[in-house]
Amino acid sequence: MTLTQTHRTIEAIWRMESAKLIGSLTRMLRDVGVAEDLAQDALVIALEKWQEIGIPDNPGAWLMTTVKRRAIDLMRRKKLRDQKHVEIAREMDLNHEEDIDQTLDGEIGDDLLRLVFMTCHPVLSQDAKVALTLRLLCGLTTAEIARSFLVAESTIAQRVVRAKRTLRVEKVPFEVPPKGRQRKERLSAVLEVIYLMFNEGYSATSGDQYIRPLLCQEALRLGRVLSEITPHESEVHGLVALMEIQSSRLKTRVSATGEPVLLMDQNRAKWDRLLIRRGLAALKRSQTLGSTLGPYALQAAISACHAEAPTAADTNWIRIAALYEALSRATPSPIIELNRAVAISMAFGPAYGLQIVDELSAEPSLKGYHLLPSVRGDLLFKLGRCEEARKEFERAASMTRNDREKELLLNRINECEYRGTN
Amino acid sequence: MRFLLIVKATEFTEAGIRYGRKYTDAVNAYKKTLARAGVLLAAEELHSSSSGIRILYPSHGGDPEITAGPFLVSQELIAGYTLIDVNSEDEATKWALQMPFPKGFGAFEIEMRKLKEETESVQDPITRAMEAELEDQTNI
Amino acid sequence: MKFMMIVKATTDSEAGVIPPQELIDAMQKYNEELVKAGVLLAADGLQPTSSGIRISYPEPGEKPKVTDGPFTESKELIAGYTLIEVRSREEAVEWALRMPDPHGYGQGEIELRQVYDVEDFIDNPETLEKEVTLRKQVAEQKKA
Repeated sequence: MTLTQTHRTIEAIWRMESAKLIGSLTRMLRDVGVAEDLAQDALVIALEKWQEIGIPDNPGAWLMTTVKRRAIDLMRRKKLRDQKHVEIAREMDLNHEEDIDQTLDGEIGDDLLRLVFMTCHPVLSQDAKVALTLRLLCGLTTAEIARSFLVAESTIAQRVVRAKRTLRVEKVPFEVPPKGRQRKERLSAVLEVIYLMFNEGYSATSGDQYIRPLLCQEALRLGRVLSEITPHESEVHGLVALMEIQSSRLKTRVSATGEPVLLMDQNRAKWDRLLIRRGLAALKRSQTLGSTLGPYALQAAISACHAEAPTAADTNWIRIAALYEALSRATPSPIIELNRAVAISMAFGPAYGLQIVDELSAEPSLKGYHLLPSVRGDLLFKLGRCEEARKEFERAASMTRNDREKELLLNRINECEYRGTN
Repeated sequence: MRFLLIVKATEFTEAGIRYGRKYTDAVNAYKKTLARAGVLLAAEELHSSSSGIRILYPSHGGDPEITAGPFLVSQELIAGYTLIDVNSEDEATKWALQMPFPKGFGAFEIEMRKLKEETESVQDPITRAMEAELEDQTNI
Repeated sequence: MKFMMIVKATTDSEAGVIPPQELIDAMQKYNEELVKAGVLLAADGLQPTSSGIRISYPEPGEKPKVTDGPFTESKELIAGYTLIEVRSREEAVEWALRMPDPHGYGQGEIELRQVYDVEDFIDNPETLEKEVTLRKQVAEQKKA
């Protein structure tokens, strides 16, 4: 092996282990910032040592032992300096070398769970949660995170520093919240961060295509890890199912020339069957856990309807409309209602969809929202009311500032005029 | 959200007179504090306007007029800036008020401005997904 | 990126001998590790080639030749596979190294192969061109 090859191998191993290292260290030291520093030190030590002695048989355990020794040293010094820190010392039996293999399984899962609850804690801003989660749980470098979000590296670096500081100042505990409503809310915050990461990669139709899938992959990986640690949480499986199924279409939703391809026009033969199968299995797990389906499982179920249809014409719109109805009840929002209107128009005809859209027109939160006239225009067009449709598309075009959207709407306006005069 | 803390030029900076060791130390300490708090994105000092030029495009069109510095201090010149990323306007104001200023060099002015953000990156992901789905379904 | 860890067949696997409990346990533990790390996509074991067939095309354009198993040359045969999704080639190698010796007695062999992604094809300008022509054709057919 060449020197750079060894270097890359060590980095890959460290990245596989880093979240576990940081988790265990945070439990010992109660400071995620110091924990991350020590985990980074372990990489430096490994790079030095392993190039000399070769990569050990069990590199994960080697890294864990190394960082734990360092943590114990640190605590001893701290204890000497400040006798008041008995509490920290109590956390760790100093005379007892832990049997790494024994603690690996259950505890590491718990540590990862505590860690993700910490990086997604409500005291942090959404941006901070995403950056810190990618850094500490996915082991991405600040440069990689910055590239994924198309922002300056210093922005991410400082965001991470600030987030760790906030956690310290606010004395956020390293724990899994107690069962009940609080746990449910905190878990949904974690899922939101993961889905945010996924969406950021998934919705990117511009920019560097090779970098953004990184976010999808990391989100999916973290979701899969989480579903393993929390096997009884329906929504975790729901989110994993949603991400698996959406990922199955990742490569068909952009054409070879970089243009977005609508779901109905995608080449279904190219959808990744393995991911669909995994998604359906996760959805089934989520459905059999006894609770009513949450928003992620419902979205996954909608996504599954598309995945299971051999052709666009085979789509079970009646079921999709029913699922949107359930989603609308789980998280009431006018945008979901708009989606329901579209599904209903596909299932029962545009006149039924239009009825719902017209009811929504009075909704104050949709005032100035370009998708309302866009959908209305689309339904009117399908009903052959081209003149009215054109007016709606024009109204929508005047509301959006996005160039791509404007262009699409302009196309629809031309279509209306063409159809209207012929 | 990001804020730009602009340090205005004075007759002293324009004449190339340093504010002295004490001020420099205070500025360095301030920058360190910002970095440790995780809010510092950039901090730069500018040369006096004598090394600058101005490009003026006349209203009637035609070639731009280029004028070499130095320019007048009364024309709102900039001597330096610090770019910070904070959670609220209050926090930005707090940092701006902590910015060091030189004593014994007359009036000193700092201007705080909020940066336009390209997109609000914080959006509920479900809403975002729903919007994408809607656009997908209706070709808009 | 996806990798396939292919476990080669052995005389025992071809004979349908059930592996010792120890190995089954070790493999199960290993698969659990893969799941916990969020990298496992699929893992399956194959029945011996005695239940398989081979379809070969000795003459291009002619009818295929179908041969019933079992097949010999066990080194070339496959007994199972594990599909993983990882961040780097190095990570795939590390996981492959962590897999327990699938057989023992000096016969265990794992082969690691990277799986093509659609991007790998799209990267190629020739395929890209083909894709574009194909899309155009489809679009024209739609119009017609």
